[in-house]
Amino acid sequence: MAFEVIKPGLSTTIQDLGRPGYFHLGIPEGGAMDRAAFRIANMLVGNDEGAAGLETTFMAPELKFDADTLVAVAGADMPVKVDGAPREVWTSFLVKAGQTLSFGFLKSGARAYIAFAGGIDTPAALGSRSTYPIGALGGFEGRAVKAGDVVPVGKPSGALVERALDKALLASLPKPVELRVLTGLYWHRLTEACQERFFADEWTVAPEADRMGYRFRGGHPMEFVPREQPFGAGSDPSNIVDGCYSYGSIQVPGGQEPIVLHRDAVSGGGYFTLGAVISADMDLIGQLQPNTKVRFVNVTMDEALKVRAERKDRLARIRASLG
Amino acid sequence: MTDILSPLPGTFYHKPSPDAAPFRAAGDAVAVGDTIGLIEVMKTFIEVQAEEAGTFAAYAAEDAGPVMAGETLATLA
Repeated sequence: MAFEVIKPGLSTTIQDLGRPGYFHLGIPEGGAMDRAAFRIANMLVGNDEGAAGLETTFMAPELKFDADTLVAVAGADMPVKVDGAPREVWTSFLVKAGQTLSFGFLKSGARAYIAFAGGIDTPAALGSRSTYPIGALGGFEGRAVKAGDVVPVGKPSGALVERALDKALLASLPKPVELRVLTGLYWHRLTEACQERFFADEWTVAPEADRMGYRFRGGHPMEFVPREQPFGAGSDPSNIVDGCYSYGSIQVPGGQEPIVLHRDAVSGGGYFTLGAVISADMDLIGQLQPNTKVRFVNVTMDEALKVRAERKDRLARIRASLG
Repeated sequence: MTDILSPLPGTFYHKPSPDAAPFRAAGDAVAVGDTIGLIEVMKTFIEVQAEEAGTFAAYAAEDAGPVMAGETLATLA
């Protein structure tokens, strides 16, 4: 079967769990920004958790189906409609041939995941169907979907059974949003006063935030410990001799606005990185709208590992509940 | 009165460029599909188009200010 894109939304891309193994060559891992929501969408339609689906950003698409299928929506909260009749986020529902799936305005969150029983069946590139638009890799012809695209979906592995997630199993969101940070290799480049301010300040998600990086503004500019710039580093104190960037690392070009590098980010460059957002909080970043207030919270490796284990347990409980 | 709502979150602009006049002023006619403003998000500008025809009354959201999805951007009389 297949679906036709009637309206594409703002930036709707085919994603799966990404293409690990090429970051050292500069090709990002990619994949869904909110991996937990993506996995749950697949669980709801009975797919393998890594089956390809759609990631929609801020404004969702309108899709028309050529055969009966089972569809799930997870992640951001927005009205979901099949031929105008309401459906629920965090559930799967049958859609008949000729019917149209559409969405209302975003209510909370940023990215909704749409999973289809059988998974999207576009050709994989370097082991993944994830779209990496700047590399024109994967997805639908290496780009976000456009009106008129006909996207193929594979054969479901089992019967089409509607499921609903018990939403009590989802993590509750702290307000204001807190992003936990492990300080890193270049933390010593900041003055003590600046280190304290970074965690004390309230930051706001900038509208430029995208799959490559989430930019924050509203806090104080960085203040660097004076030094003579080493050979090979640029002249600005935020420059270093080129180094590696990890997923989640926080760079501050020109010392002005922190950028948390996300799934489509570059793997290295010449900006210092003050630390990294812990892996357990990276999904949450994918659900932040522009203008959301955020605080960064300093944690230890032990705390980061504990939260990661809790997150894994939560997902295991969800998996068991839908299995 | 008809409200024109923001289809997505971002920064709302009344004008096509900083030096230009606003897309619409009070009393202007608005046809279906007319652009009344721009929303900037993810380094992209999205045109906000009227889905109903009418007479422009006023912008409800500030120029260059933050808006949420579903927020009223402008009203038609």
